[in-house]
Order: sequence, then C-alpha cells, then structure tokens
Amino acid sequence: MSSASLDNVRPAPPISSKLWRVPGVWVGGGLVFLFVFAAIFANAVSPYSVDARFGKNLPPSWQHWLGTDSNEKDVLTRVIHGSRLSLVASITSISCAVIIGVSLGMLAGYKGGRTDMLIMRLIDIWLSFPSLLIAFLVIAALSPGWIAVILAVALINVPVFTRQIRAEMLSLKHAGYVESSIAAGATPFYLVLFVFLPAVTGTIWVLATLGLGHAILEVAALSFLGIAGDPSHAEWGSMLVEAKEHLAITIWPAIAPGVAISLTILGFNLFGDGLRELLNRRTRSF
Amino acid sequence: MWGVLLKRLVQAVATMVIAVLVVFLALRILPVNPVMARFGQHAVPEKIELEMERMGWNKPVWQQALAFGNQLLHGDLGESFARPGERISVRLGEALSATLELTLAAMLIAVPLGIFVGTVAAIWRNSWPDWISMAVALLGVSVPVFFLAICLILAFPSMPTGLRKPPGTPDFHTGFYFFESLVTGNFRMAVVCGRHLALPALALSTIPLAVISRVTRNAMLEVLDADYLRTARAKGAGILRVIARHAMPNASLSVLNIVGFQLGVLLSGAILTEKVFNWPGLGNYVVDGIRDYDYAVVQACALVTAGIFVVLNLTLDILFLLLDPRLREGRQS
Repeated sequence: MSSASLDNVRPAPPISSKLWRVPGVWVGGGLVFLFVFAAIFANAVSPYSVDARFGKNLPPSWQHWLGTDSNEKDVLTRVIHGSRLSLVASITSISCAVIIGVSLGMLAGYKGGRTDMLIMRLIDIWLSFPSLLIAFLVIAALSPGWIAVILAVALINVPVFTRQIRAEMLSLKHAGYVESSIAAGATPFYLVLFVFLPAVTGTIWVLATLGLGHAILEVAALSFLGIAGDPSHAEWGSMLVEAKEHLAITIWPAIAPGVAISLTILGFNLFGDGLRELLNRRTRSF
Repeated sequence: MWGVLLKRLVQAVATMVIAVLVVFLALRILPVNPVMARFGQHAVPEKIELEMERMGWNKPVWQQALAFGNQLLHGDLGESFARPGERISVRLGEALSATLELTLAAMLIAVPLGIFVGTVAAIWRNSWPDWISMAVALLGVSVPVFFLAICLILAFPSMPTGLRKPPGTPDFHTGFYFFESLVTGNFRMAVVCGRHLALPALALSTIPLAVISRVTRNAMLEVLDADYLRTARAKGAGILRVIARHAMPNASLSVLNIVGFQLGVLLSGAILTEKVFNWPGLGNYVVDGIRDYDYAVVQACALVTAGIFVVLNLTLDILFLLLDPRLREGRQS
C-alpha cells in the first residue's frame, strides 16, 4: 500500500452499522461467550462438585444429563469444569505468542535489512516443520506438564503474528503520519507504543481470536496424547482419551468433551472471521 | 532457473543443519537427568555414574555434539534409552512406513474428492452445493481429528481398530502393507489390510479435504471469470472440456501450493489419528519416547521428521519451477 492510499482514505462507516451484516460475529461470539461464562462460573452452573463420585458408566438420566464416566464422575460437570483449563492455557499461551510475535514482527518490519532477513529466515524455518513436532521438542526438553504445554503452544503460534505484523509495518513505515512523527523527533519507544501499536491493534485482535481457536485445539491435542499435565484433572483432551477406552460401554463421556472442543473452536473461528470482516483486515483465511 | 534451484538447495541444507543443532541442544538443557529418570530416584549412584559413562552423557557438550554428528553422518540413530540394546533405526523404519502409508492413503482420498467438491461448488457458486461444501469445510477445520476418529469408530463398529494387519499374517517385504498387497496382486490381503487402513485414512483425510475443496473453489472462481475461458466457451467448447482442459491446469497450481502448506498439518493430524486407532506409527513412537524420557528416540524422530520436511519442501519448490513458466523464467508472479 502506498502512502497516498493511506492518507486519502475516506472515514470508515461506524462499525455498529455493519454489525448486523456479519452473522459470524453473532453466532461465534455467542459460542465464545457461552464457553467463557461456563469457565468463570463453573462452580455455580455445574450440577455437582467436580470430584463427586456416583455410579460407574451410568447412562444419561434426569440426575445425570450426560451420564457418568468410568471414574464414576458426572460428565456434564466435568465438561463444564474442563473449559477452565482449556481457556486459561489457551489465553496464556496466545498472550505469550502475541508479545513475542508482535515484537519480532515490528523489529523486522521497522529495522529492515539484516535484522529483517535473519528474523524472517528463522520464521520460515520455524514454519516448515509440523507444529506438533515443535511442541514435542519443547515438552521433551521441559518434561511433560502444563507449563511445558503452554510454552509449546505459544511458540507454535508466534510465526503467524510476526509475519502479519511485519507485512503491515512495511507499508506503515512509509505512511505520511509516521514519517512526520519520525521527522518531528519521535523516539523508537514513542513510535512503537503510540504510533505503531495503535495502528496494528485491530490485526492483533483478529489474529489472536483465530489463534485462540488453534490454541484450544492444540492444548486438547497435547493432553489427548497424554503429555500434558495430570490426566485426572477435568480437561477435555484427557477426558476424551479416557473415554476412548470405554466406547463399548458408554459413548457419552467421549461425545460430550468432543462436542465441547468442536463448538468452542467453531466459535472462535466464526468470531475471528467475522471480526476480520468487520475491521476490514486482510489476513490469511485458513 | 538454476540459480533459484541452487539457492533453494543451500537453504535446505542450512535448515537441516539448524534443525540438528536445535534438536541436539533442546534435549541437553533438560532439567531431568534421563538416566535418573530411568532408574528412579533411589538408584545407586555408582550405577548411574556407570550408565552416564556408557552413554557418553558425562562428557562436555561440544564433545557430545561431535560424537552425535559423527554418528549421524554414518546413518546411525543410536540405541533406545529406555530399552537398552534396541536399535532406533529399525523401530523408526517400521513406524515411519506405517505413518507414510496412512498419510498417503489419506491424500489419495482427499485430493480427488477435494478437487471434485471444490469444482462443483465453484460451478454452482452461491447456491446449495456451494453452501453445503462451505459448511462441511468449516466443520472440517473446527472438529478435531481425534474426535472425528472416535465418531468414525462409533459409526462403524465392525471395522477393525488397533493393529495394521490381523495377527498371524505373514510378514511383508516393505512397511506398506496395503499398497504392497495391491502391487503384488494379493487382493485378498489387500482387502484385509485395507479394512485396517480405511477408518484412520478416512479420519485423517478430512483435514486436507476441507482446505483443498475451499482453495479449489476459489482458484476455479478466479479462472472461470477469465477472458480466455469466455473465449473458449464462445468457440463452442463444452463446460466439461473448458474445466478439464483450460481451468483445471491453472487452478491446480494453487491446489498444489496449499497441499504443500498442509503437509505439516497433515503430519500433526496423523500423529493424533494414530493415537486413536493405536496405529503403530511415528506418532505413537515419539509420544511414548517423551513419556519414558527416552531422549534418544525423541531426538531421532525429530531429526527424521525434519529431514522429510526439508526434502518435501525442496521437491515442491522444484515442482513449482517445472509447472509455473513465470517462475521458470525468473520473473516473480
């Protein structure tokens, strides 16, 4: 984008006028809200305490809407409580990814030259390996546990932010208002905090929302593989792997966390795509 | 063209060297002493000392690195940590061919089906075939493959899960049981192995399927509006001929591109699918390695995977050079 097109844009119509035309924001936002609500008020909305024991593998009934699992625990309660670990792990790792990724992207885009080449080559190498392989290395090096999982998921998600922010920095650097604040003697610190960061905030939100969807999936996947934290914690991935062993007896302990993961990821995907359309950000779609 | 090729080759070698270094260092900064992890907390110190000596873990890091590099150059991946005496290359070879067969089968389902669905969606754009394919694609990226795999097991309870072939069947020459049976004309065995392969491959195929169909649709839409297609239609070519001879070759570049990008996602998916079906592939091997603190295994798996990816990416680059005349002449598209 040339500097002329940035300077001569017409004022965008207020976002509220576009909101009703993007159903994804509503449906996705609703799903995300439901999930966050369940996580925060898990103790209040779940019918039983998380470790209460009932009968083994009970079918769904009025007492236990989704039945009980092989550990005699209520499936609905565990699914509601499971949203907590997923949410905390995902938000923490995406926050780390945003901080690392945006810093690297800004540095690469602003400095250019050697720094840019070095960072982008590293990111290219990073991206050329399957994400699970990177996660495995991190977890093997730190030994299995939630901290390792969070760090692994954060590192997997860094390249997306770096690439996009760098691309925007390249055009931003030559925008009229940026050039004039540089000419007016703005320090790099001021530039980053008050000029660049506000300009890329929308992009960060869109990418972070989509990234949260990925993070939920990756966290569940790692704990499904049994290399996350304590498998007895209420967590969707470990519930699934536990339920997989008892499919012949009861299917609900497997269906419930699986549907919960899918709906949450669907919610973040729809919400992120809708947000992108609303904020008119051009980023990758899948 | 040769200049570009040479540059790619140098990049590939550099990537591989960095990968070896990263893998080596990552597993040497660990807080857990792997020998201690194996013998437990209360092991006799002399015994630990002896084992460390034997594995060469008490030498300085740079000496270990040299020894490791030397070992790699001789094509030796070392021996398992948790099971002393077990050569990693043998087990890894079996696991790798199992994963490759699964991935190949999934691609054989996903590519034709994805291109077909995408083309249909592009022709009837903004009507129900398009909407259905879009909904399916959205579901495809939202439903985790390990949950989908469990649903498939529930939907087809009579299909075998677990091993790759029934116990007692004779050994194969290659690790590709299904494809080998097909090629050697042993169709009864092909059916047996195919039944073991069907559900894992079907589950895994949904990952590339969703993306391939969407990319095909968009690429087709772009091409279908082009002037040269209108000319072809005006000259009396039927819609099928136009799509097969004129639109498809141009759209295929985008599809190939996305298949290349999807390989990493596909391998991650394969690891998860293997876990559900107890498929004895790379995924199960490396996950067991992580849990047993068997760093030699993790290291070997990571390196082999990295190697495969470097080679695959290089192959795709060369394919692009051959297929896209603009790249061949050194112009940027």
